[in-house]
Amino acid sequence: MLENIHILICGGTECLGSKSKDIRFEFDRHLEKYGLLGEAKTVMTGCFGLCESGPVIVVYPDEVFYSHVQVGDVEEIVSEHILNGRPVERLRFKEPIDYKKIKNYSELKFYSKQKRIALRNCGSINPLDILEYIGRDGYLALGKVLTEMTPLEVIETMKASGLRGRGGGGFPTGLKWEFASKSIDDQKYVICNADEGDPGAFMDRAILEGDPHSVLEAMAICGYAIGSNQGYIYIRAEYPVAVERLRIAINQAKEYDLLGKNIFNSGFDFEIELRLGAGAFVCGEETALIASIEGERGMPRNKPPFPAVRGLWDHPTNVNNVETLANVPVVFLKGAKWFKSIGTAKSSGTKVFALGGKIQNTGLLEVPMGTTLREVIFDIGGGIPNKRKFKAVQTGGPSGGCITEESLDTPIDFDNLVQLGSMMGSGGMIVMDEDNCMVDVARFYLDFTVEESCGKCTPCREGTKRMLDILDRICEGKGTMDDLRILEKLGNMIKDTSLCGLGQTAPNPVLSTLKHFRSEYLAHVMDKVCPAGVCSNLTTFTVTDRCIGCTKCLKNCPVGAITGKVKEKHLINPDLCIRCGACKVSCPVNAITSKPVDWEGEQNV
Amino acid sequence: MKSLEDLKKLRDEAKRNMNMRHIKGGIRIQVGMGTCGIAAGAGLALKRLMDEIEENNLKNIFVTQVGCMGECAFEPIVEVIEENGSHSIYCQVSERMVDEIVEEHLMGGRPIEKYLLSARKR
Repeated sequence: MLENIHILICGGTECLGSKSKDIRFEFDRHLEKYGLLGEAKTVMTGCFGLCESGPVIVVYPDEVFYSHVQVGDVEEIVSEHILNGRPVERLRFKEPIDYKKIKNYSELKFYSKQKRIALRNCGSINPLDILEYIGRDGYLALGKVLTEMTPLEVIETMKASGLRGRGGGGFPTGLKWEFASKSIDDQKYVICNADEGDPGAFMDRAILEGDPHSVLEAMAICGYAIGSNQGYIYIRAEYPVAVERLRIAINQAKEYDLLGKNIFNSGFDFEIELRLGAGAFVCGEETALIASIEGERGMPRNKPPFPAVRGLWDHPTNVNNVETLANVPVVFLKGAKWFKSIGTAKSSGTKVFALGGKIQNTGLLEVPMGTTLREVIFDIGGGIPNKRKFKAVQTGGPSGGCITEESLDTPIDFDNLVQLGSMMGSGGMIVMDEDNCMVDVARFYLDFTVEESCGKCTPCREGTKRMLDILDRICEGKGTMDDLRILEKLGNMIKDTSLCGLGQTAPNPVLSTLKHFRSEYLAHVMDKVCPAGVCSNLTTFTVTDRCIGCTKCLKNCPVGAITGKVKEKHLINPDLCIRCGACKVSCPVNAITSKPVDWEGEQNV
Repeated sequence: MKSLEDLKKLRDEAKRNMNMRHIKGGIRIQVGMGTCGIAAGAGLALKRLMDEIEENNLKNIFVTQVGCMGECAFEPIVEVIEENGSHSIYCQVSERMVDEIVEEHLMGGRPIEKYLLSARKR
């Protein structure tokens, strides 16, 4: 199914009106004429929403859109594009400048900019039925690997693919496997890290719920490569649906002898068991995760020795993230070269992002590495709702940093994000608009890391707590300039001296907001004002001259602090106001502001 | 599984079943039952769908649950795939909408444009 060329012809009413039926007939005729019937097939679809450009035709897997296609154009498309792989430029859909003319602009972008590898089956197969996975070439990669390749070839293929760990660090997966394979021991382990702790990321859950077999298959491939016959999936008990579906998937794979003894008659045995975690953020760190599986308290330890040398129960262990593993079968089905050709030179393949926060289309999307943040947020994500202005995007969750408007055109890959002072992390993306206070955002993430710090090393245990105290003070309006200096110094110290990734990255949200939104911190400290109107102690809402006197705010105010008449500018009584912000949300013309009169912070000092 | 050939045979058979090519006029309905879908009420929609199909004695309809397709903001999502390969993705499906979809689309053969993801997503 993956190899086939699909020619999708719009069968919406409008396109039928412009002879799309005849076009299909013509396609079928020419496909037969060129002997392409086994290669390509035509499909009539529902309306694409591009009715003005109809008849519309899309050729998959190239995702080439043709518009205004005439019956006479069909032969050229078949002979040039389908047969020779050269899209007919003349007929390709050109984005009109007036976007409003396209009925479903966002949806077109939503489809055309994505490339689904890790999510290939999510949302289109039944996760409870192994046959549906097999129907999508499932376990074919495992079969190929076991019957046709040596473990060394498997590792070389992984190295050639350039796949890097999707859990955060971005370490080359092939190298990781190589290290584990070189350790000599009778017993080795494969662990799937499904402890997705980053608030705002849910791609691992989606993969495990929607396509559990792809992870099982990849674990078996890894086991064969490194010489292990036992795998563990460490998953949080907070994901009951995923746990249940994994259990069913493992049992089904055993029934079909795709797990267990002597798989594909190759003499290779592989078993997978589940281990449930209690949902501690630190257990996403591999040494803490291993400690937790062993039944110990989930705390990291010093590296080296790396798990590839001494891991679970002191045996060599390979730990991979769910999304990384979901990519593995495709690497073997389509070849390392194909995988390497997607994305950028140093980060190949795709990345799944979980879009959340102030964004039109909350959800999951998968794009090739090198796509820009602007494309992800505005084209695929649909931009910011309620006509608010984009302010920043937080990538990498509590370990990442904020990225501002001027960096939006940076192509996303592991190295670029680190350069911007953030990180890929697991791929959570929280979008923030002008109503978000960056000091408050930093405080929120720090609050999370303070809660989740395991307490083993002092910089993380004590340092993050002190930083949080300072941020609390600033938000209450009691901050001083000295506080900002200490924040920076303390943050850098924690980064340099913490034991594990949690502590080393915990100050990132504070440091990056301090860098990019210093003016907001200064407003809190010097002017005692929260420009975004979030920190209630520092907020005064006022009505500007933009007010049209619609009385909406007046009706929405829970304490009756607003007075005014229809078509006259309203007034907020600061003594009655409880700073809930209900008026600001309800205002249709954005006339209520919490910014001081001379505020110019938007320029990001 | 003892050989690659066995697997390929199984795959081809599974593929045929999934494409609903084996039944004339067969319809495959996928209900998004990831955590996002379940939280938005996909369980209710799925149950209602099964009840309605049974009550109206509809044949050749295969209802299955699938994972998250990424449009979490628009769950519950019900995707109707027909024999001709057309996909109709209904979003934010309530029980009341299920009744309409069964009546109009499954029985009447007319997809309800206004409930489609493409229409709701602006």
